Amino acid sequence: MEVSLKELKPNESAIVKSIGGSAPVRRRLMDMGVTPGVKITMRKVAPLGDPVQVNLRSYELSLRKAEADQIIVIK
Amino acid sequence: MTYHLALAGNPNCGKTTLFNDLTGSNAHVGNWPGVTVERREGNYRKSKDDVFIIDLPGIYSLSPYTSEEVVARDYLALEKPDVIINIVDASNIERNFYLTTQLLELGIPTVIALNMMDEVKAHGDEIDIANLEKRLGVPVVPITATKSHGIKELMERAITLAKRPETINKTALESTKLFDSVSKISDVLKKGGYTNTVYHAVKLLEKDDKIKEGLKLNQPLEAAISKIVTEEERKSEEELETVIADLRYRFISEIVSKHVKKGRNEGALSLSDKIDNIVTNRILGMPIFFLIMFTIFQISVGSIGALLKDPFQDLVTGTIPDAMTKLLEMAGASDLIKGLVINGIFAGLGNVLSFLPQVVLLFMCLSALEDSGYMARVAFVMDRLFRRLGLSGKAFVPLLMSYGCSVPAIMATRTLEDEKSRRIAITLMPYMSCSAKIPVYAVFAGAFFAKSQGTIVFSLYFLGVIVALISCLILNKTVFKGEAAPFVMELPPYRIPTAKAVFRHTWEKAKGYVIKVGTILFAMTVIIWFLQSFDFSLHLVDDSARSIFGIIGSAISPIFALNGFGYVRDTTEIHWQAGAALLTGLIAKEAVVSTLGILYINSGGTELTGTLSTALQAHFTPLAAYSMMVFTLLYAPCVAAISTAKKELNSWKWTFFTVGYQCGVAWLISVMVYQVGYLLGWGLS
Repeated sequence: MEVSLKELKPNESAIVKSIGGSAPVRRRLMDMGVTPGVKITMRKVAPLGDPVQVNLRSYELSLRKAEADQIIVIK
Repeated sequence: MTYHLALAGNPNCGKTTLFNDLTGSNAHVGNWPGVTVERREGNYRKSKDDVFIIDLPGIYSLSPYTSEEVVARDYLALEKPDVIINIVDASNIERNFYLTTQLLELGIPTVIALNMMDEVKAHGDEIDIANLEKRLGVPVVPITATKSHGIKELMERAITLAKRPETINKTALESTKLFDSVSKISDVLKKGGYTNTVYHAVKLLEKDDKIKEGLKLNQPLEAAISKIVTEEERKSEEELETVIADLRYRFISEIVSKHVKKGRNEGALSLSDKIDNIVTNRILGMPIFFLIMFTIFQISVGSIGALLKDPFQDLVTGTIPDAMTKLLEMAGASDLIKGLVINGIFAGLGNVLSFLPQVVLLFMCLSALEDSGYMARVAFVMDRLFRRLGLSGKAFVPLLMSYGCSVPAIMATRTLEDEKSRRIAITLMPYMSCSAKIPVYAVFAGAFFAKSQGTIVFSLYFLGVIVALISCLILNKTVFKGEAAPFVMELPPYRIPTAKAVFRHTWEKAKGYVIKVGTILFAMTVIIWFLQSFDFSLHLVDDSARSIFGIIGSAISPIFALNGFGYVRDTTEIHWQAGAALLTGLIAKEAVVSTLGILYINSGGTELTGTLSTALQAHFTPLAAYSMMVFTLLYAPCVAAISTAKKELNSWKWTFFTVGYQCGVAWLISVMVYQVGYLLGWGLS
């Protein structure tokens, strides 16, 4: 099922399908290892509800929901 | 021979730790991405040759976003070191290798230093170094920079490489669908007389405009290359940038799956993750943050710091000057010399030096906090709040550092992506009360609010935060408009701060404080003593109000008529000392105290007339004292911070705006505090 990364629940994993958003943000995300085909696990949501923390390529990355919403994943 | 070895790698992979180890420097390190924002050089002494080590800011790729990343890329691609030492966090090899694949394309001899091998072992991971070397085609050396393991071998191999440079022209895109186009563009560039053709070819495929401009291609070359790029774009479903990033990661995944064996299951919770689950917990996250802040405050400026301060203060303001007086009397020194030494130097500096223990404690706490990895979590926890204010959560780290000293904090704003956030953060810096203001609060609060000293000082720190929040909202809606930059940040694993690193950092700061007291403040004290002893025709004056400094101070003081400290308490006599002290506070904040120390003591002749506390009580009402503290908290920072701000803002206009805003806000809030307090009848006697 295709959803945006934002919609994953904590501890849920999915495979990245595509990355949208403006060019610099997409570039930054890809440089950080968010590329199509990578497995990504939702870790948690920050205390105030944003940003979120995900795990990929065995490290922890945090990004805002606005960016996470641009990342389409397959559950 | 002279060789230049550059340390390159991802943020927070240990470059500066290695740099310090190699060069014997004490550059600032921490466990958060972006500690190093400028390139720095040092000498590696253990070699017969002249070996210069260049420490660069961390980068995730050679396509930079932030100003400090540009520093690193420009150095590597344009100035070309003899050897690149690519430091790779071995506990996070996959993402770190992404940069490696790009560095290898630069054609500069490279050694890979696999750092943090101790953590790799602790996790039970195994790395097949021999095969990794074969696959990447460059030397790979395992090291643990924090424990100085493997450094000797790393340097031997790096220097050997520098002596017999092998041109490498590898790319991770070899044997992929894009390689054909890479070779074609590379050939075109070669014919055009360009070097580094593989690197440039890939960048041209990625449509990196900065690189393209830099190449200054002529018309036929540009047309030939455009044709290849367009052709490739037509074939590809996705943008070439995405394709290239994907191919790089595929190359890495293949290597990692073959040569790195993970000791634990993917997704298994490490100790770091477990700590994190508590610290950034939805409910506990904020309370834990405030608890940590409160604890640091208690330790440094609160009761624990005070315990250490009191005996130290007796020593530097009592025992030592008393002994010095006797010594000078025995030596038969003239009154003038005695006045300079005792009432000038000791009266001024003693009051500042006595806060050394508190400053040391504050830096110890901040240093431990930085090394632990908590700073990045604070950014994570606070981002939502900060975005409301138009800032990124990342801005929190520099602002927090500003409690120590604004100068490195202003430089740390380079980790912020957009100019707007940087300008706002730099303007807000003084509101995070720096350690140099501790003596001012302590002296005033001690003299006027002895029983509730802690609460009074805490209220000032709190006021600083409130003013920062309001300023942020106002600036964001008026002067600096626009959306906040996206927040994409790595969260490093928690690490136990090593005693060595914390000690080293604290020692540096303590040394810096003492040096500041011994140099700038010392010189200023002598100058101020001179200025308040002589008049414009260089005659010794009886009453320092008629001295050079007195006349200048009297000219400024009317500005503070509404703030409560423009006149001496309960009189209409001009309180020139307060204005003069604030003026010297622009050189260094501690000077507010040291100047008052000299001015009051000398008002009544050359003999020591009671302590600074009694002198203050004679000149300020408690309310005026509080208003003075508020002004000191909020007005423009010291010249060192202002000049750093000028450098970082790179504009006189914004620097003047910033300083003007800070002084204006300080005056306004201080007036409000005094006037409201006056109407309510608080602290008038």
